[in-house]
Parts: sequence; structure tokens; C-alpha cells
Amino acid sequence: MTTTRIPPLTGRIRTRPRATQTPGAFGRLLRKPLGAASLLFLILLVLAAVLAPALAPYDPTATDLRNTLQGPSAAHWLGTDALGQDVLSRLLYGARDSLLGVLQATIVWLVVGVPLGVAAGYIGGSFDRSVNRVVDIMLAVPSIVVTLTVLAIFSSSMAAAMITFGFLGSANLVRAVRGRVLAVREELYVGAARVMGLTTPQILWRHVLPRAVSVVIVQAALFSAICLGVQTGLAFLGFGPPPPAPTWGGMVAEAMTLFQRQPWLLVPSGAIIGLTTIALGLLGDAVRDVNAEKSSSRRGPARRRSLGAPSTGAAPAPGALLSVRGLSVSYQAGDDEVTIVDDVEFDIQAGQTVGLVGESGSGKSLTALAILGLLPAGVQVSGGSITFDGRELTGLSPREYRALRGSAIAMISQDPLSSLDPSFRVGAQLAETVRTHERCSRREAKARAIALLEQVRLPDPEAVARKFPHQISGGMAQRVAIAIALAGRPRLLIADEPTTALDVTVQAGILDLLVTIQRETSMAVLIVTHDWGVIADQADATVVMYAGQVVEQAATAELFARPVHPYTSGLLASNPHATPRGERLPTIGGMVPAPQEWPRGCRFADRCPIAQPACRDAAVPLEQIAPGRTARCIVARVAEEVRQ
Amino acid sequence: MIETQAPLLEIDRLVVEYRSGRKRFRAVEDVTFQIGRGETVGLVGESGSGKTTIGRAVLGLAPITEGAVRFAGEPLSRASRAERRTLGRRLQAVFQDPFGSMNPSKTIGYTLAEPVLLHEGVTRQQARDRVVAMLERVGMRADAAQRYPAQFSGGQRQRIAIARALMSSPDLVICDEPVSALDLSIQAEVVNLLRDLQESLGVSYLFISHDLTIVRHLSDRLVVLQRGKVVEAGDTDRVYEHPQHPYTRGLLAAAPVPDPTIQRARRAARAIA
Repeated sequence: MTTTRIPPLTGRIRTRPRATQTPGAFGRLLRKPLGAASLLFLILLVLAAVLAPALAPYDPTATDLRNTLQGPSAAHWLGTDALGQDVLSRLLYGARDSLLGVLQATIVWLVVGVPLGVAAGYIGGSFDRSVNRVVDIMLAVPSIVVTLTVLAIFSSSMAAAMITFGFLGSANLVRAVRGRVLAVREELYVGAARVMGLTTPQILWRHVLPRAVSVVIVQAALFSAICLGVQTGLAFLGFGPPPPAPTWGGMVAEAMTLFQRQPWLLVPSGAIIGLTTIALGLLGDAVRDVNAEKSSSRRGPARRRSLGAPSTGAAPAPGALLSVRGLSVSYQAGDDEVTIVDDVEFDIQAGQTVGLVGESGSGKSLTALAILGLLPAGVQVSGGSITFDGRELTGLSPREYRALRGSAIAMISQDPLSSLDPSFRVGAQLAETVRTHERCSRREAKARAIALLEQVRLPDPEAVARKFPHQISGGMAQRVAIAIALAGRPRLLIADEPTTALDVTVQAGILDLLVTIQRETSMAVLIVTHDWGVIADQADATVVMYAGQVVEQAATAELFARPVHPYTSGLLASNPHATPRGERLPTIGGMVPAPQEWPRGCRFADRCPIAQPACRDAAVPLEQIAPGRTARCIVARVAEEVRQ
Repeated sequence: MIETQAPLLEIDRLVVEYRSGRKRFRAVEDVTFQIGRGETVGLVGESGSGKTTIGRAVLGLAPITEGAVRFAGEPLSRASRAERRTLGRRLQAVFQDPFGSMNPSKTIGYTLAEPVLLHEGVTRQQARDRVVAMLERVGMRADAAQRYPAQFSGGQRQRIAIARALMSSPDLVICDEPVSALDLSIQAEVVNLLRDLQESLGVSYLFISHDLTIVRHLSDRLVVLQRGKVVEAGDTDRVYEHPQHPYTRGLLAAAPVPDPTIQRARRAARAIA
């Protein structure tokens, strides 16, 4: 273990944004011998430069012509130069110029690079494209030539040169930060923050920027090393303060001319430049390693606001909390528009639980995302209407949607852990959400957060609030996600496969909780699932989807007792629960057609045991077949008429 | 003669222990059960119960810390690498992830032929014929051999994975959650396929799953695991109808049943309990 004592440093690092690293990241950096040594070296160098007047044994410009070109001695630790000036003192004073130059360039580099990179990555679109154009041009310009030009204009002002160099170098940073932000933007928890109703600046500051900081630190270390090379290089060429003012580059230049007479002279100046450069590089390396040791986060699906589309004018059901009519969702593939959700129609009454069931590719999750206004990038609502509490949701501006999400409609997903920001404590995230929904003091928000954790039946709410997301189990995380969803007192909760990733006993607890909470708050729930067991347990009414369409809709008990659509009965039968052990399971056969291959007529006809020629002739409408029941099947409708 | 009397797979007081630094973690503790020829044993439990680890220990992918695993009377725990390789013919596996378990840059034909070419030294033509026969057996067209994994859906890939496991005519296939990633209607087809193949080939299965309905449907006998230990074992119907251990009862009560009426009654019963 290294016994490095660096008290001032700990204080300095703490001033960084708290969320940049999980606790212990700095400790891990110190455990890396090279990283810790580099950091120590750089700190000592900065201190030495700052305290040069106190530390330097001689005046850096005081000449002593009797003692020129001496090697190291007790009087002159690092020897003297051609004018008998003390090399150590000159190095200490010279460090000020060099480090100041590096600092100027790096600050300009950060101030230009970080905001532009974040903005380009997060906003995207044409802004991103124009930033990229400019960055490309900046990268194509030879920065040293421009810097030399600036020196010629500003009469050898080193500050002007370094600022120019920092500005030109920032192009690389813009690229790096933009790349990082692009990846973070797709994370599920950034989407979740949007579901909670956070504004863009809040999301950028709290969720996006902290994740980009490590990239910036690494890049900053490397860029500083380059800057040092440029600064000393310029001084070597004779730019910057004229002699006898001490500069590292100037000292190297002098040593070069005297190399035949006193080779030693090149050692101190060369070594300090070399060591500083190496230290900066190693520090960047160590920071990157520490960062890589943290578990890398998974990528979530892309989420971006959808573009609204005009309603087709189908009448929403009176009194329904949510009314979906003729909803279509599509994406652009080259010149073709591919429809993936087609003419979906259902209602949710206040306080009702509706199950949306289907297999992968049925469009059930996209329907839920369309309601939330969170369709993936490139996917949009291409028709129909979504009415919530009498208000049309398609065509809402992103701002209006944000106000709606979290407070009126909330969401929980399959993977609660990835929708929590790993760098914040559970209680803090919950309190943050509370404060975005109602004006209250921090204390009140904290109290409400604890109350919410109690409401989701977490055994020790205070203890859970103090934990980080990775410290809680999947079941607890889903309870926390439900608490976050409840923070805005929503009237509709959309639960997308809320228990799919959980163990069966944990699932039972979450399902019970959903029922209890719904009773307490009389909120409506749309539960999206592939599991008939969950439907039977939760849903008052059920909507079955197949190949982007609703094929059947009924009260859950009726649907299970007497499925009408052949797909519904096939899917119900393939559940092994009903089949005695040892018998073959009933199967549907065939495959779900891909959206590009959807036929004109009934989409299930190719797999249907009762298909008629008429089924394939024309699109089959969703029709009422009994009070409160609809189905998209010609044969079933006729059979139902006969039955009645 | 002796071999036919011994159970195909004997797991005897198996302990699997993982060490990280000084910490020890017992993933499997003192587990004993057997699998007979042509029999299916279901291994159920929640995450962390050690069910996957037992399968991996049998396959030689997890360390056998104590106890013994005997395959047709031969102890696997002491098998050398060479012996393990020849055993590979008789002991195969189907895993949960039908996407990650196949090399995306090799054709299906290559993937299927690989085990027989390696183990049995047959000619390429013979291997090719067997690949075609096996693909047809699992309900795939023969031309699938020329295609790549990415060109198939999840259910088709799981069929191919089953075909690969059966290529070397194994006696035992370890099925680790083979249908969990599949849609309900596809799941039913794969389950039927596993059953048909068992009937025609007489292969035994160790069926590892968290899904009690699927396990019930396929297994002759059940082993219920909790935190690495067997809490209950026995005939499938007996365990389902009359669970003895509270953990088994809890598991059975927790799984939602696809019937609203029954489910309402179960919820009420759970609320009282």
C-alpha cells in the first residue's frame, strides 16, 4: 500500500460534481501506483511553481559569471547555466509560465468543447450536423500554423497563442463528449427521467453530464500533455517572454547550443518536461482504467419524442379515461413507410385495469410507448387518436407531453434497475421526482419520498432510501420504480412487462402490490404482458394484439371462458397449464408475418384453422360481436350471430 | 449388464463452492438425485437456487468441490479432459439463449456437423447426411444447413440448438431454461419437439427451469431447490398435488394461473395466509 499523504488534494477532488463517480472511485485511483504517483508529482509541481519565490534558492535572473556551466553541487543543486544563473531556480520560475500556458489552453478547450459536445449529442438533428461540419473543418486546419500566425499578430503573446491552441484543440473534445452523450442519451434511465417529467436542462445536468465527466478528465489529461509540448516548443523557438526571463523551452534551447561544453545542462530542463508529460499521460490512463472498472451500463432502446399526427376523427368512448382510436404507428424504411401498429382501438375507464397481451412483434409495447409519447427515434404515430381525460394527446408538443408524463400518466418497465440512475441514492431520486411535481421544501419532499416507499410496502423505507440502486434486489427496485411512478399522483399507470424479469415469488408480491395500490389510489392501469397468468391475475378487461392489430377485446373472465378469435384461443391453449401431463401441447403452427409481409386480408388467415376464402379478400374490421366485446374475425362474427 | 442397472446420471452429495479471495460461496450444497434412462427430471427453483450450477457441474463447467457425479456408473468428478471429451458424445446441452450460443459466422450445417466430425471421425458426406436428417427431425428444412444463425428466429434457433445437441446421439441432454426466451406459441412447439424426440430416441433430460408449468408438463420427477439445497423431490404429480415443504407450497401458490376465477380465489387465499 502506498502511504501517500496528500491532504489538500482530497479537498480539491471533493469539489467535483458529486455524481461523477461512485464513492471510492478516487480511492481506486489512489490504489493505482502509477496514477497516484503521477497525481502526486503534478500536485508537487503546481505547488512548486506557485511557491517559487519562497522555494527558489536564488533569483532566477541573477548572474554569477564566476560560476558558469557548473554541474550539480551543494550550492547549485542542478548546476548553473552559461551566465551562472541557478538552474533549479530558473526551472521553478519557468514552471509558472509553462503551467499557466497549459491552464489557459485547457480552460478554453473545456469551455468550448464540453457545452458544444453535450448540446450536439443531446439535441441532435441539424444542430448536431452543423457542429460536426465545423468540427471537421477545425480538425483539418493545422493548429500549429494558426498558432504561429496568432503569435505574429499578437507580438509574441504566449497567452494568445495558448488560447488559440485550446480553441482549435476543442474540436476533438466536442467529438468525444458528443459520442459519450449520444450513448448516455439512449440509456433507459434518461428515458425514465423524461417519463418523470424532468426538463431538458435538469436531465442534462443531473443524468447526462455526470456520465461524460470521466471522458472529459481523460481527454483533459492528454490534451494538457500536448499543450505542454506546444508551450515549451514555442518557447524553444524563441516565442514568449524574451531572455533572461526563465522558460522551460528557452532553457532547452540554451542547453542545446552549449551541449558540447556542458551536456548536463540539458538534463534538468529535458527531464522536467519529459516527466510532466509522462505524468499527465499516466494520470489520464489511470482515470480511464478506474472508470473502466466500473460496471459498464447496458444500452437501452432509443427514445425520442414522436411527431404528432392528425386524428382520424373516430369518436372516443364517452366517460373513458383513455381512449385509443385507429392508432397507427410506422417508421420510414428508405422510401417506404412501414406500419407496425395498425388501427388499434381500446378504452380504459378510470380505476380500471386493462391487460394488453400479445407475442413479440405484436406491437403491444409500441402502443404503450405511443400513449406515453416515447416512441423510439424514427418511429411515429401515423394516424388515429389517443384521448386522455378528454384531451387529444397526438400532436402535443414535447413540452406539453412532459407536463403530462409523470403527473397524469406514469410508467414502470421490465427492468427497473436500469431506469434508476446508478449514481444517486434511491431516496434522493424519489425526492427529486416529488419536487418536479409539486412545490415543496426539500424536507417535505424527503418526507413524501419515505411515505411513498412505505406505500409500496418496503419493510424499512428509511434504510432503502439511503441505498444506491445497485444495492437493492430486483423486486425492491421494481417497488422503488412504482414509488417513483406514484410520486406525481398519476391517474393512469402503464406497466410494461413489470414482472417478467422477476422470480415467481417476487412477482406475486409485485402483482399483489399493484392491486393494493390501485384500490388505494383508484388509478387506472394498463398492463402490457405476454403472460396469461398475469392477465388473469390483474386485468378487468383484456385486449389481445396480433401483428400490429387488436384482434379481440373483452372482459377478462369472458375472454378466458369463451375466446372468440382463433388466435386468442390458440394462444390460450398453447399455455401448458391446461394440458394434462404427457399430452402434446396444442400449437398454432406457422409464424407471425413480418410487418412488410402483412397480407391485405386477415393477418392470421395463414395460421387459422377456420379460415375461409373471404378472410383473405379484404381487410377484416374490428367489430362488436356482443355488448362490450369486439373481435376482428369474419367467422367468429357469424358464429356469434348464430349463437344469439 | 451392470451399466443398464445403474441410473444414467447419479448426483451424490454434490457440493459446488466458488471462492473469490477468502470468501467462499456454496452455490450447491449436498445435492443428491438420479436420472434414469429415458427419464426427465425437472430442476426447479428461483434465481440463486443453484439449479443452473448443478447443470454446469454435470457438464464440467463448474467445479465439483465435494461429492460425486457419476454418468452411467463412471465418476465424472475424476474424469480427465480426454475422458470428458469422449463423454461429450453422450452428454449434451441446450441453453437458454438461442442467440448467443451459436457462432454467427458459421453456417448451421457447420455448427451441426462439428460435434460428429470431432467425436466420431465420420466422412464429410456422412456428416452432411446426418445434418440433413437431424434438421428434418426437428422440423427444419434441409436448406437451413447452408444458412447462418442470424437468418433464423428465436424459436428456429432453439430447434437448431436442440438438433446440435442430438447430433451425436447423446444419452442425456441438460436443458437449461431452453424455452424461457421464447414466445408462448413457439414455446409449445419446442416443448412438443423435446417430448417427441424423447419418445423416438429414448434420451433423458435434466430440465432446468423457473417456470413451474413447463416443468410440470415435461418432467417425470421433480427436484425443488432453495439456496443450493434440495427441499423437496419426488414424483411430479405428487409434488404438485401434495407439496410437503413450505417453500414448494409458496412457489406453487405464487405462480399466477391463467384462469381469472381460480386466480381470484388464490389471491384471496394468499391474502389470508
